[in-house]
Amino acid sequence: MKIMRTDLQHAHLRQEEQRLRSKFVRHVKRQYQLYLMILPAIVYFIIFHYAPMYGIQLAFKDFNPKLGITGSPWEGFRHFEKFFNSYQFFRLLRNTIGLSLYQLLAGFPIPIIMALFLNQVKHQRFKKLVQTVTYIPHFISIVVLVGMIHVFLSPSTGLINNVIRGFGYKPVYFLGMPQYFKSIFVFSGIWQNAGWGTIIYLAALAGVNPELYEAARVDGASKLKIIRHVDFPSIMPTIVILFIMNVGRIMNVSFQKALLLQNDLNAEASEIIQTYMYKTGILQMEFEYSTAISLFNTIINVILLILANQVSKKLSENSLW
Amino acid sequence: MKRRLIDEDKIFDAVKIITLTLALLLVLYPLYFIVIASISDAAAVNTGKVWLLPKGINFEGYRRIIQDEMIWVGYRNTMIYTVVGTALNLVLTLLLAYPLSRDDFKAGKYVMIFLLITMYFHGGLIPKYLIIKQLNLIDHWLVMVLVNAINVFNVIIARTFLRSNIPKSLYEAAIIDGCTHAKFLVRVVIPLSKPILAVLLLYYGVAHWNEFFTALMYITKERLYPLQLVLRTILIENQMQDAMMDDVSALNQKDVGELIKYGIIIVSSLPVLIIYPFLQKYFVQGVMIGSVKG
Repeated sequence: MKIMRTDLQHAHLRQEEQRLRSKFVRHVKRQYQLYLMILPAIVYFIIFHYAPMYGIQLAFKDFNPKLGITGSPWEGFRHFEKFFNSYQFFRLLRNTIGLSLYQLLAGFPIPIIMALFLNQVKHQRFKKLVQTVTYIPHFISIVVLVGMIHVFLSPSTGLINNVIRGFGYKPVYFLGMPQYFKSIFVFSGIWQNAGWGTIIYLAALAGVNPELYEAARVDGASKLKIIRHVDFPSIMPTIVILFIMNVGRIMNVSFQKALLLQNDLNAEASEIIQTYMYKTGILQMEFEYSTAISLFNTIINVILLILANQVSKKLSENSLW
Repeated sequence: MKRRLIDEDKIFDAVKIITLTLALLLVLYPLYFIVIASISDAAAVNTGKVWLLPKGINFEGYRRIIQDEMIWVGYRNTMIYTVVGTALNLVLTLLLAYPLSRDDFKAGKYVMIFLLITMYFHGGLIPKYLIIKQLNLIDHWLVMVLVNAINVFNVIIARTFLRSNIPKSLYEAAIIDGCTHAKFLVRVVIPLSKPILAVLLLYYGVAHWNEFFTALMYITKERLYPLQLVLRTILIENQMQDAMMDDVSALNQKDVGELIKYGIIIVSSLPVLIIYPFLQKYFVQGVMIGSVKG
């Protein structure tokens, strides 16, 4: 009796197993091509993104090329201490955060205002013209942009200094003066990206229900009031999301631009964490030190992103995750 | 009441038009100035005599640029990096976006997390450099196409597009007819995805054309220099090739140097600006799809 039952159970189990296996086989048969398709991408990300993350341990090591990253002896937080204690530390922090905040405060509202205005333009050709032209700089390379800054600000031949001379003043060597660096950086950035930044807000505005405009008009609202009470609230979620993302990037000022704009004379203002990281790592070959600085930078970034996301979740129910 | 409203709107309209016109001019004028400066007499430009129209039209700057060997080397290299790189980008992005766009792809959720982590967390300059070095990719042209083979943001754009534009019923019908995923991707998905292909083509293409930092990090041989590195030497480091300057008197070197800079800005940006109008109608679509969070 007992034996029979186990036999039955066995048979049942086998059946179940077979059913699952054939289901799995069917699944694999149907989807193996999908797995094959993502395979190259997975390999790419492992090699070029995850392998470098594994290399972060360099920040805590005394690197010996013969032993490799894994084989080199641990050293604890010495490189971090060196960075925190260096006379550069506070200047780098101040420059990085200062430049980024300046950029955020001066640059962030402009695309919003431009989009709100553009959205109200009835004349389609004017609207198209403004958009077409203001998008163009976005596609100019960072090297060319910095090259343009150089030719326009050149003390002897530049357009700006020609104007200054025209008014009878002495030419100014803008790029050689630390006090101008941040403004040059920020406003050239606005010139390059403000137009492009409007696209996303315009897209959000295109989704506003036209009945809301009619209703507001019937209620006697002025155009300005419509912007305030209809347009603005409807793009608020977009604004918040973009703001969070920008705060998350506070420590990532456009590093390539800073590097290209930098010279010995303006270094006092233009040296940011990432340019310093590049110099110590690539030019001076202090691999571990540079990696420690980079890790510090990334951690601050991630913390800022999480904080901004948290705050926004509380305040407005908008969040990245 | 009504009257005040109309006045208010009139003021608003005026402020709006003035602001937008000002923005338009502020963006346009520097670009326009570079064009007229590049075909003007160098001395006239540099002493501030060129404002609205070119003066003493000549193509001296362009002649010197065309004669320069490094420019051509840079152009050729960038062309190769852009064509090969963009092709690879498109293939890999589509291959990744298609499975991710399918609801029945079980691993999709985990793959997404795997991708998103790389957007916010990096190994940093040095660990990446050491990997590239280990792979023997330093001073190898392949580094220029491999390092940025996939952009996660573009994958999200493509995935979102496929998800909302390829009807589910289409796939089911295809499966009954015995169609495989690979066939379906090539025969059905790609032909239906022209707008997103255009967007990806533009984003990836421009990124390759403008790529500077990868070359700065991993390319030291001049014959492998992309255009952007050549540009940096001339535009920012102010070093003209000897061939550009051999017949110029010391007195005029500065003027001619500036003229070359204006010309080179145009020559190097031209390809992107030529393609731009053709793909422009897809911008909004691309940005809009991209703004939907992954």
